[in-house]
Amino acid sequence: MTKHPVIIAGLILSLFAVSGVGMVALVHDQTKEIIATNEREALLKLLTALVPAESIDNDIVNAVTVARDADRLGKEEVDVYLGLKEGKPVAAVFTPVVPDGYSGPIKLLVAVRIDGSLGGIRVVAHKETPGLGDKVEEQKSDWIYGFTDKSLTNPGLAGWKVKRDGGEFDQFTGATVTPRSIVKAVKNTLLYYRDHGNSLFQSATGGPT
Amino acid sequence: MSAQSYRQLVIDGLWNNNQAMVALLGLCPLLAVTNTAINGLGLGLATLLVLTLSNVTVSIIRNWVRPEVRLPVFVIVIASFVTAVELSMNAWFYELYKILGIFIPLIVTNCAIIGRAEAFASKNAISRSLVDGLAMGSGFTLALVTLGAMRELLGMGTLFSQANLMFGEAAGGLTISLGDDFKGMLLAILPPGAFLGLGFLIALKNLIDKRLSHSRKAATHQAAANTELATG
Repeated sequence: MTKHPVIIAGLILSLFAVSGVGMVALVHDQTKEIIATNEREALLKLLTALVPAESIDNDIVNAVTVARDADRLGKEEVDVYLGLKEGKPVAAVFTPVVPDGYSGPIKLLVAVRIDGSLGGIRVVAHKETPGLGDKVEEQKSDWIYGFTDKSLTNPGLAGWKVKRDGGEFDQFTGATVTPRSIVKAVKNTLLYYRDHGNSLFQSATGGPT
Repeated sequence: MSAQSYRQLVIDGLWNNNQAMVALLGLCPLLAVTNTAINGLGLGLATLLVLTLSNVTVSIIRNWVRPEVRLPVFVIVIASFVTAVELSMNAWFYELYKILGIFIPLIVTNCAIIGRAEAFASKNAISRSLVDGLAMGSGFTLALVTLGAMRELLGMGTLFSQANLMFGEAAGGLTISLGDDFKGMLLAILPPGAFLGLGFLIALKNLIDKRLSHSRKAATHQAAANTELATG
């Protein structure tokens, strides 16, 4: 007799566990396609802000390859989205990580055109100080647009520093670490592209172009 | 009698036993997301929804869940609703979800919800539990939006920025700005600003309560609020 209430209690508990899981599974089933579409569209919006939609004709969200260089890209494996037009490379969008932000890693999107110039960069995620370091966000200031059209020859390797360090890029009042680390990471991405850009595109276009 | 007590439930939820300002429950999400009014509103509405759903469910099942397993059952109910709300938000309010995302699962750990399930819904009829959930959730939302608006106004000089994330593009015009000259008080946006802001809100509420009880000497519910404060 003493066992009896325990078994009933256990049955009730498992009934709720099963119905809870059932409800979550149902909602998951209803929403998973919408969520996948949302994520895809959000990514596409980000990518086409850097690589204009009319300049490419491939499905850039799915034209993804992997770059491996932890020293220059901040992470063992970094996704690279390849923009092509009529099978010819147009631009590569890297997703490097800035390892030395002021308060943790900063995730970037860096679009490099085929000629080695920047289509633009964006900060995707960061934990920098609100009001100081967060001016790297597109919504907070124009600073991030300053990278567009720059390349390793413009301003030249020595210029890839913040002004305080004798380079070409602005820092923010009260926040030098954030811009400094981003400038360095973008430079490293460009260096990676200079050395390995061709092989990235070859993997996508299926041979030498 | 019944009309009176419903009214009392609403007043308790919104003011006398406000979960954020009197019971001081659910402070983790409260302090973390209230850097803008819209963020506060987003998390507040998600909490309101979960609280109402869980209150009603707990009330429905209150007579046939054995006392020894009631807490695990409540937790399962709450966690299931939170996950469902999280998925729905991800699907239909994606932009807002990207901002509030990590705080939505934390609604599970919001003591206010299991607190109402245990203290109220498990002992009361369905309709009363529904009203209690709506009132307590609205009170929590109100505190979140007020604190968010305060911090946003002081810290960034705007109000209802990013309203479009929640109400669609048309609502972008809702944003009120103090002008570009306003530099903003950084402290208000940073985590300490949340504590200071909540402190001011509670002080303000106590001040208003004091005024009220002065003008109406025999305000009986005041005593209840005070004991809540002392024990909470």
